[in-house]
Amino acid sequence: MIYEASTFAVVLFLVFVAIVLGLSFYFARKTKSSSSYFAAGGTIHWAVNGIAFAGDYLSAASFLGICGMIAFSGYDGFLYSIGYLAGWIVALFLVAEPLKRLGKFTFTDALDAKFNSKGIQFTAALSTLIVSLFYLIPQMVGAGALVTPLLGLPHWVGVVIVGAIVITIVATAGMTSTTYVQFIKGGLLIVFSTILAVYIFSNGLNLKPKQGGQDYHDFMALTESDMQGYEIVDNIDVKDYHFYKMEKEGVFRWFQLTDDKYVEVLSKTLTADEKVLYNGEPKEEEKFFQVGHLSKIVVDGKEVEKTGSLGPFKFLSTIGTEGTEIVRFIKEKFDDDSGNHITIWRQELTAGKDMLMPGLKFKKLREKTPIGKINFISLMLALFLGTASLPHILIRYYTVPSQKAARKSTIVAISAIGFFYILTLFMGLGASVNGVLDVESSNMSGPLLAKAFGIGLFSIISAIAFATVLGTVSGLIVASSGAIAHDFIDRFLGRNLTDKGKVFAGKIAAFSVGLVAIALGIIFKGMNVSFLVGWAFAVAASANLPAILMVLFWKKTTAKGVSWSIIVGIVSALGIIITGPTIGDQFFGIAKENAIQPLDAPAIISFTLALLTLVVVSLATQKDNVNKIDIK
Amino acid sequence: MDHGPAVELGVDNAGEKKAKLGVWLFVAYTLVYAIFVAIGVTNYEAMGKIVLGNLNLAVVFGFGLIVLAIIMGIIYNALCTSYENKMNKEEM
Repeated sequence: MIYEASTFAVVLFLVFVAIVLGLSFYFARKTKSSSSYFAAGGTIHWAVNGIAFAGDYLSAASFLGICGMIAFSGYDGFLYSIGYLAGWIVALFLVAEPLKRLGKFTFTDALDAKFNSKGIQFTAALSTLIVSLFYLIPQMVGAGALVTPLLGLPHWVGVVIVGAIVITIVATAGMTSTTYVQFIKGGLLIVFSTILAVYIFSNGLNLKPKQGGQDYHDFMALTESDMQGYEIVDNIDVKDYHFYKMEKEGVFRWFQLTDDKYVEVLSKTLTADEKVLYNGEPKEEEKFFQVGHLSKIVVDGKEVEKTGSLGPFKFLSTIGTEGTEIVRFIKEKFDDDSGNHITIWRQELTAGKDMLMPGLKFKKLREKTPIGKINFISLMLALFLGTASLPHILIRYYTVPSQKAARKSTIVAISAIGFFYILTLFMGLGASVNGVLDVESSNMSGPLLAKAFGIGLFSIISAIAFATVLGTVSGLIVASSGAIAHDFIDRFLGRNLTDKGKVFAGKIAAFSVGLVAIALGIIFKGMNVSFLVGWAFAVAASANLPAILMVLFWKKTTAKGVSWSIIVGIVSALGIIITGPTIGDQFFGIAKENAIQPLDAPAIISFTLALLTLVVVSLATQKDNVNKIDIK
Repeated sequence: MDHGPAVELGVDNAGEKKAKLGVWLFVAYTLVYAIFVAIGVTNYEAMGKIVLGNLNLAVVFGFGLIVLAIIMGIIYNALCTSYENKMNKEEM
């Protein structure tokens, strides 16, 4: 798709960056001790911390990834919203207060509080780094996806810009500046997502959605009698679909034969001489359209062209009514006879009620295969257990002054995040029916929906989405920096750094992790960010949660049990992800059905293995607990 | 060993009672969440049934899980605060 930079968007973005950097330099003067660098001195008010939690947690995966997944696959994307929010229950009821009591700067502190074990210090720091890097990838990919429409720059430039700003935020004032960046961003995201939802409801549903005043592209559906001037030059069958390449006035376009009609599809052609054509023409001709529309709207049993304004529940029930149909665009790939690599997005009529049920993305759920069921359970388990095991979330508990404040801030977070996640369903569905989808980038669905309601709203939403990435990446880099400087260098290696030395080491670590994040953001371009975050949750849930819960609730837990549980959690979760269908398909060209093993979501196995390991090793090493420190 | 809390915390006599309450509420919510996942796995078609105000089970259950989390959080906080007020002489 062609994106044009908006001056307003650029100005807004620059203003936001200026505010963020100004805050960082302001707080930098006050950030002298390691306590203020890694934990904001434990002085943050619970209400501010609660919204900062939301700012930290509502990452690119939530705003960009979930909205995109709902726009393309309906309710399956909303399952992520449900799972992500449910995870906060584990954090609130089991983890928040005890963790606040046990830890100082990092989640390793809490695990190690009763043991003072080198094994825990090393493995927990390693786990923090791995989970944070897994989580960083989608954030940086999201940054790249955003910068193109916002500033008109290539993907890699977006990644570098975000990396540079975040390194500055973290390296100047650590957790204090990070907290206020997350607070501002969390608040703005929720307020403007609400405004976007209001636009969706007031706009209602329309068979011919407007795109910022422009008419929606009318896709051709040619019968034999309409085909004057067209010449069929190639035809290819893919699965059960029949595609025809036609030439008219020197332009080659692809059509799908459906019910005796040749229906225009979107196509991207990589020619044998490495030119890229969109619908048969160069990109600059702007023949590659934003899509996603309703083909039928049924209200009270009657077909209508548009509904007018709708309330939130009427909006959902109208989409879910028997007879309402949404046209989705499904990707197919093949090579034609001329050696061109073709990507087609064919139109698929989908019943509106199916958009509001599970199974469009998780197709195996509908096919009722055992592996589909296991994958589904495993994903929902990872989302449920992952939140309370994310190091960058856990360290936020150290920024408040008391256990009570930790608990209250979690409730503020749950309310703010829960409200936002309810909005994701409306934003995702709104994008799917308002002709705004860029089929090459599901991640852009939310911001592009805003564009349909005016360039002003688009600019604000895009700038906030960019801020979303900044807030989350800052938190991740603080967590990684603490793992390297505090857990690994100071405690594991026993360097006994001075307070000033620890802050300096933290800043160097933040700089290094920032550079790695930039590289990963460029390498992983194009993957749906929510899907990637699902993996981060799985690794976190497997590596960290058995250890956290057992340290808090099982007296027989030993240091060796914790260390081995973390190792088994990391290795098994990563092993299953790497040998699974998606990695094979994306990186090694192995068809999904030929993957080494069929599971994409590892938590059901890796969490169980890690938990069992902790129990077995702890029982076998009970004598080590003689030196255990009793903390109440 | 310098890795205690970042700020000094007072003694919390209500800690054990709050922990027990947390575990019970966690079990209750987990049960509801497990039912949601179980329906999705064993009988996903049931998710399409209209159950409330022209909305299907998937939407109602999904929204319900989110709202339930908020309500349980508020109840938990109210009970914990009352335990703390009764059992801790001084404000932490």
